[in-house]
Amino acid sequence: MFRELWETFIEALEDLGAVVHFLFRLVGNSPRVLLRYDLISQQVFNSGALSLVIIMLSGLFVGMVLGLQGFQLLQRFGSEESLGTAATIGLVKELGPVVTALLFAGRAGTALASELGLMRATDQISAMEMMAVDPIQRVVVPRFLGGVIAMPLLAAIFSVIGIYGAQLVGVQIMGVDAGSFWSQMRGAVSLKDVYEGIAKSFAFGVACSLIAVHQGYYAEPTAEGVGRATTRTVVTSAVVILFLDYLVTAAFL
Amino acid sequence: MRKSRTLNLGTGSFVLLGFAALFFLTTQTTSRGLAIFGPANYEVIAKFDNIGDLKVGARASMSGVEVGRVARIEYDLNEYKAVVTLRLAEKYDKIPTDSDASIYTQGLLGGKFVGITAGGADTYLKDKSEIQFTQSAFVLENLIGQMLATFTKSKADAMNPAPDPKATEKSK
Repeated sequence: MFRELWETFIEALEDLGAVVHFLFRLVGNSPRVLLRYDLISQQVFNSGALSLVIIMLSGLFVGMVLGLQGFQLLQRFGSEESLGTAATIGLVKELGPVVTALLFAGRAGTALASELGLMRATDQISAMEMMAVDPIQRVVVPRFLGGVIAMPLLAAIFSVIGIYGAQLVGVQIMGVDAGSFWSQMRGAVSLKDVYEGIAKSFAFGVACSLIAVHQGYYAEPTAEGVGRATTRTVVTSAVVILFLDYLVTAAFL
Repeated sequence: MRKSRTLNLGTGSFVLLGFAALFFLTTQTTSRGLAIFGPANYEVIAKFDNIGDLKVGARASMSGVEVGRVARIEYDLNEYKAVVTLRLAEKYDKIPTDSDASIYTQGLLGGKFVGITAGGADTYLKDKSEIQFTQSAFVLENLIGQMLATFTKSKADAMNPAPDPKATEKSK
């Protein structure tokens, strides 16, 4: 019993080491790949622009729910005017980056993992190696960088749409004064809050993309293996996102 | 060719949208505004006995018009006063030296801001000059404290009224 636990722990540690090693390999290869901006731009399109619809829709609804819940709660204390502040701080610091990252892991992370896994399963990666094309440089790093670039932008779009949603419910439907909604928000939200959100979304972008490409690249070359890699991408990403969220929040306090 | 054009267009619009969102977050939801590219400023200081909960970034206004913001708040251990540094916009450079600065509350429980009332001198405030006449923040707790003190005093008077001449007669 104890031995098994110990073994699982050692295995987990090995996995972590492998992922960190993979990260260094990707970062080391990044400068050369940056010159191939067409590859990166295509991946920004794949994981960013194609995730835009789900991000914007979710952002709108999350913002509207915040507006509604925040209004109900603040009304008890007679301070509905603080709705703008509450919604914006909640969105910019917490909900924007976290929900975007979870959606990103589900939408773009799985796509990356299954794509790379399928490349591995159908021997495309071996074929590249045979042709002396480095698959890390040609396939993996552009996908990783594309995700890293796309994620903070997606989180910012999510937050802005969310603030609009909160404003829609709070001001247009519930009748909070528009002037105090915006002016109280401007008075209370500091640039540090925005920076915290950006730092978080950047950290999540690195983590999500790294986990996705790592799982995909080292997937078992079978149909089952690709499926497992996709599942593990989502599960690991979700846990790591929430863990990193705590870490970055504590760092900014 | 066609496909790569739509692809580039998509990527370009996505990145543009993303940066527009970042720009909105940094400038529109915070009090920073466009201060980074904003016009030149000059700083004046004002010393207050009590600033209440005045915060860095609060408005400095004249007749309700925003002329600057609170840049720094420090405490002067020589004079035992709060030193508030106001960063005023360069275009409002004709504020008389004998103007006075007071700390007001926005709304009943809103944030504090600094209100400057123009004086009559024909010399104007320059960079690093000091506003001499200041009026401290109105602190709600002090007022409530005074009010309670008055209430309890009048209540005590009501409980123990001054000896009534009639009542003393009756008891006789």
